Amino acid sequence: MLDSLARLGRIGIGVLERLGRGHLLLLGMLRGVTDLLPRPGLLIKQIYSVGVLSILIISVSGLFVGMVLGLQGYYILSQFGAEQTLGVMVAASLVRELGPVVAALLFAGRAGSALTAEIGLMKATEQLSGLEMMAVDPVRRVLTPRFFAGFISMPLLAALFSALGVIGGYFVGVGLLGVDDGAFWAQMQAKIDLHEDVFNGAIKSVVFGLVCTWIALFQGFDAIPTSEGVSRATTRTVVHSSLAVLGLDFILTALMFGD
Amino acid sequence: MIHSRTIEILVGAFMAAGLVAFFFLAMQVSNLSASSNGEGYEVTARFDNIGSLKVRSPVTMAGVRIGRVSKISFDRTTYEAVVTMRVETEYNVIPEDSFAKIFTAGLLGEQYIGLDPGGSEKYLQQGSEISLTQSALVLEEIIGQFLFSKAEEGDKVE
Amino acid sequence: MMESADNQEPLVRIRDLRFSRGNRVIFDGVDIDIPRGKVTAIMGPSGTGKTTLLKLIGGQLRPSSGTIHVDGQNIHRLGNRDLYKLRMRMGMLFQSGALLTDISVFENVAYPLNEHTDLPPSMIRKLVLLKLEAVGLRGARDLMPSELSGGMARRVALARAMVLDPMMIMYDEPFTGQDPISMGVLVELIRSLNDASRLSSIIVSHDVHETAAIADLIYVISNGKVIESGPPESMMDSKSAWTRQFMQGLADGPVPFHYPAAELADDLLEGAC
Repeated sequence: MLDSLARLGRIGIGVLERLGRGHLLLLGMLRGVTDLLPRPGLLIKQIYSVGVLSILIISVSGLFVGMVLGLQGYYILSQFGAEQTLGVMVAASLVRELGPVVAALLFAGRAGSALTAEIGLMKATEQLSGLEMMAVDPVRRVLTPRFFAGFISMPLLAALFSALGVIGGYFVGVGLLGVDDGAFWAQMQAKIDLHEDVFNGAIKSVVFGLVCTWIALFQGFDAIPTSEGVSRATTRTVVHSSLAVLGLDFILTALMFGD
Repeated sequence: MIHSRTIEILVGAFMAAGLVAFFFLAMQVSNLSASSNGEGYEVTARFDNIGSLKVRSPVTMAGVRIGRVSKISFDRTTYEAVVTMRVETEYNVIPEDSFAKIFTAGLLGEQYIGLDPGGSEKYLQQGSEISLTQSALVLEEIIGQFLFSKAEEGDKVE
Repeated sequence: MMESADNQEPLVRIRDLRFSRGNRVIFDGVDIDIPRGKVTAIMGPSGTGKTTLLKLIGGQLRPSSGTIHVDGQNIHRLGNRDLYKLRMRMGMLFQSGALLTDISVFENVAYPLNEHTDLPPSMIRKLVLLKLEAVGLRGARDLMPSELSGGMARRVALARAMVLDPMMIMYDEPFTGQDPISMGVLVELIRSLNDASRLSSIIVSHDVHETAAIADLIYVISNGKVIESGPPESMMDSKSAWTRQFMQGLADGPVPFHYPAAELADDLLEGAC
């Protein structure tokens, strides 16, 4: 009885310690922005590996998700004779929810796991220690550029996802199923609000970008420096990021759209 | 170095594509131009019952959207709802004695305010109040009235 | 300070160092003096925390108690800025080399210069090529770290550790996993760099022969304590049976061949039941 209580306590302390280290890391990375500003080259290199390399999966997924939404939406809406509102349905679900959330999940799988593995391997091969002994702070020099690269890339990727999704939905709805072209766009423009829908979606993707990159970098930085430790950390990144994205999405949706 | 230059170009293209996507969402999907807010003038109207009218619900005239509801409050002395609407500046020739009604779009759709023009020479301006209003139709009340009148008819027959 | 002006003051002075990781005690009251201008070796069996000792000297880890003075400064009392300033004067050679894998050999060696100095590129190029020449790898400057053999990676890392002209270099197991030729090269390099650049070297190793060949002073640690210290010749025929076993590599002695266990006969019989 006491033993299991003690175990519970140990787990609790462990979790709190990790949380504490995670927040210290976040603070360190935010402070590191002063080192980043005079050297934009570091940031550009990371935006390339975090953002540009994720474009393919994000655009293809966006296009297909939009096309599926078009098909399914048409099927349901046509039963009420409301095919004209297909554009609204496709755009609203993409801009408000699917764009930020699915893009963030893909981002966690594609870029987050790569970041964790990279940082974890740098730790395992003593590169981070090496930097420290060269009097270079690895948090500022290695983690900060990656953090801000993720922070900048995520909203752009989510916007790409949503835009391509709308185009995919247009292609299926108007091109294949014969929804009226004008009604598709007009209904969409009348119902989708710039502030309420597009900006709130963008805010979501900014938050997700921050959280996913933070989790990925922390897991790498905190990994046990062995091959097994790094592989576990990579798995944890994907699991934790996905859970965090879904949980935060619920909270943000409740705050933004729940009057 | 050629390599880092390629990276810079690709990153630039990526950021441009992302911004274009944002622009597309703003202009094409949500129609930025139509939802210009901040511009315009505010008028108020009092209703006995506003049904499910909400802030940001459309205000229309002859079916054309001319503004949005900007605020809904409750008057504690008269027990009426006070609805403030922001009408866009270009529609500044609405007669003062216009009639404000709360309509429902379709059978189950959202509610909106429709203005029927009156005949006055004076126009609505910032701070004016529309005095002629008609409340929202509440389905339960209509059904209740209908049943009540049916019952009365039945009484007369007997 | 009077003390630091005096050249006889040891470069690194460790007093009553205690350090534990979890419940495991790694150092239990260690006193070590590292003299200036000499090659000092710290030896001991695997798992005695020799690498930990280097990390403690470099200020990457904090001791539970005790002090470490480097060049007269208590390294664990320094603020971040002073600590980084001091680290610029310390080089460290990691077991794996710890080269940054995404940049070339040349850029790796140039890295500390780019980070800490405002030297013009032509000057940096000259310095880097000189250091690479010293380790015999000037021709390999455009290779990526993944294209290097283990020994070459360590030599590049050595050039990088040297490039800021530090006052001391710490070697973490420099000989492990090297073939005889690159081992010979490294032994030669460590000795000649130490004498030519007037630095002080600390070698952490369990390769007795190579280390004994170049060290001026040897500390042997085991079970968290310094067992013995002195010049290599005196260590080989030490009075302590333990030191003799370690230095001569005997299979049995004070450190038993068998892991502690019950009597063999009892063990076998128990399995039979």
